[in-house]
Amino acid sequence: MTLATNQQFISFALPGVAGTTSSPEDFGEAKALAVIFWCNHCPYVRAWEDRVIALQREFAGRGVRFVLINSNDPAKYPEDSFEQMQVRARLKDYPFPYLFDENQEVARRYGATRTPEIFLFDAARTLRYHGAPDDNSEAPQAVRQHYLRDAVEAVLADQAPALAETAPRGCSIKWR
Amino acid sequence: MAGGSFRDRHREPVYNRYVMRIDFLYWEDCPSHDEALRRLRAVLTEDEIAAEVQVTHVDTEELARALRFPGSPTIRVDGRDIQPETVAADGRLTCRLYLLDDGRPSPLPSAEMIRRAVRAARAPAAATNSRGGTQP
Repeated sequence: MTLATNQQFISFALPGVAGTTSSPEDFGEAKALAVIFWCNHCPYVRAWEDRVIALQREFAGRGVRFVLINSNDPAKYPEDSFEQMQVRARLKDYPFPYLFDENQEVARRYGATRTPEIFLFDAARTLRYHGAPDDNSEAPQAVRQHYLRDAVEAVLADQAPALAETAPRGCSIKWR
Repeated sequence: MAGGSFRDRHREPVYNRYVMRIDFLYWEDCPSHDEALRRLRAVLTEDEIAAEVQVTHVDTEELARALRFPGSPTIRVDGRDIQPETVAADGRLTCRLYLLDDGRPSPLPSAEMIRRAVRAARAPAAATNSRGGTQP
């Protein structure tokens, strides 16, 4: 079952491309924390990638942190191996931790099913938004609803996002 | 969406005239296929092209390999992929990554991409027809 809005975050500790293990507690000072299920190969991820990077850079100074998690089975999708995650993070100069959920336990506990799929928590680590980055994966200039941006702004203003839930749109997580 | 075929209804094919063969392959796990098929149909209607469209649901790895399926959605016009440069060597169940004209990645082919492929296929066929030739 997918983590529901107003539920507390679920802790984890996963290895990241930087060579260290990360957990949400590492970002205890963050006013908003987005746990985003991600991968390398998915065209939806690729289409949204630059926008998610730009959002993190824009909001970093306001206490917003994104943490990306790849839970895909690299035996089926070699582009999603830990080594390829490192390559991708370097190539795009990821401004966030990119973690490998090798046994897929974190994805299962969150109830994530897609990439990308966002779980945005407030300062108390209560889930305030779950879903897609925005309403148009294909064309940034055609976006009409900036789901993640609006939810982050609401959380920073200590308000409930107008939209707390949207349908994640992307590739399925590749289970073992 | 189920597999099957439809013939573009706005224009009945003329005997001994060229009817374009289009294969539309998809995997339902990828959410972009409905929109891709809508774009294909719109292009065929706008360009008034008589086409036989075969819609195939690729739902197993075996079928993906057999069809050399590079990902969902895939459109082949008279057997030629609409963006052959992004076709991987082996077929598998995955979502397809297209590169738009401005270099951005996309899970969907643009209407313009589909239109170019359709027009490129139609051009030599039209020349053959104008010389009185026949096409299967």
